[in-house]
Amino acid sequence: MPRLTIRVQPEDFDPAREAEALAHGRADVGGIVTFTGLCRDEGGALAALELEHYPGMAEDELSRIAAEAAARWPLFGITILHRYGLIRPGERIVLVVCAAAHRRATFEAADFLMDFLKSRAPFWKKEHRKDGSASEWVSAKDSDESSLLRW
Amino acid sequence: MRWNHEGGWAVKVVYFAWLRERVQRPEEEIAFPASVVSVADALAHLATLGENYAYAFEKPEIIRAALDKKHVKPDAPIAGAREIAFFPPMTGG
Repeated sequence: MPRLTIRVQPEDFDPAREAEALAHGRADVGGIVTFTGLCRDEGGALAALELEHYPGMAEDELSRIAAEAAARWPLFGITILHRYGLIRPGERIVLVVCAAAHRRATFEAADFLMDFLKSRAPFWKKEHRKDGSASEWVSAKDSDESSLLRW
Repeated sequence: MRWNHEGGWAVKVVYFAWLRERVQRPEEEIAFPASVVSVADALAHLATLGENYAYAFEKPEIIRAALDKKHVKPDAPIAGAREIAFFPPMTGG
């Protein structure tokens, strides 16, 4: 069983440090993929994103998704961090790190984790706009659900 | 969950995102009548509780549910659940 690290937190995180932690003290890791999702400014229109989550279920669901990836690919470690609260353009939102002996497992597992995280982990984004117009909840894309069919 | 005097049960119901805003509360205890068996029944019952609930649950086909913090389908039985959550499709990541 790989080392699984799941954290849901309001604070920022350090992707490099999280990646390093998966290889620390071992010499069998051949590759690490790190995916970082950032808050876009939507052409300058976005003031901030508000990330709401379901405490308890968010962690549980990320753990279930990580366990599913661990069952499918020969991974040494998986780290998933997801922030909640107010996040401004340019800031980090989500981190997925996968470590394995070989490259392909790390790329595929990270891609899989992001696809499942987006439509299974209980997080919701609300957009606050710079022009002061009413804040709106982001709608889920049909493409998010169809992405799951790739796996 | 606990039985109530009408033969149904009281259970904690939690709402997220625009469902929470429309219902105008994050959580509450609801005494469901005994006729409420599935998650879909629970949703239909909630929609009858007032204007804000009718608005929140006006499109039941897009609403997702969880029982005790696990995703479930509308036909899942709610018997035994301690917590039912209703929320829109997720938009994390």
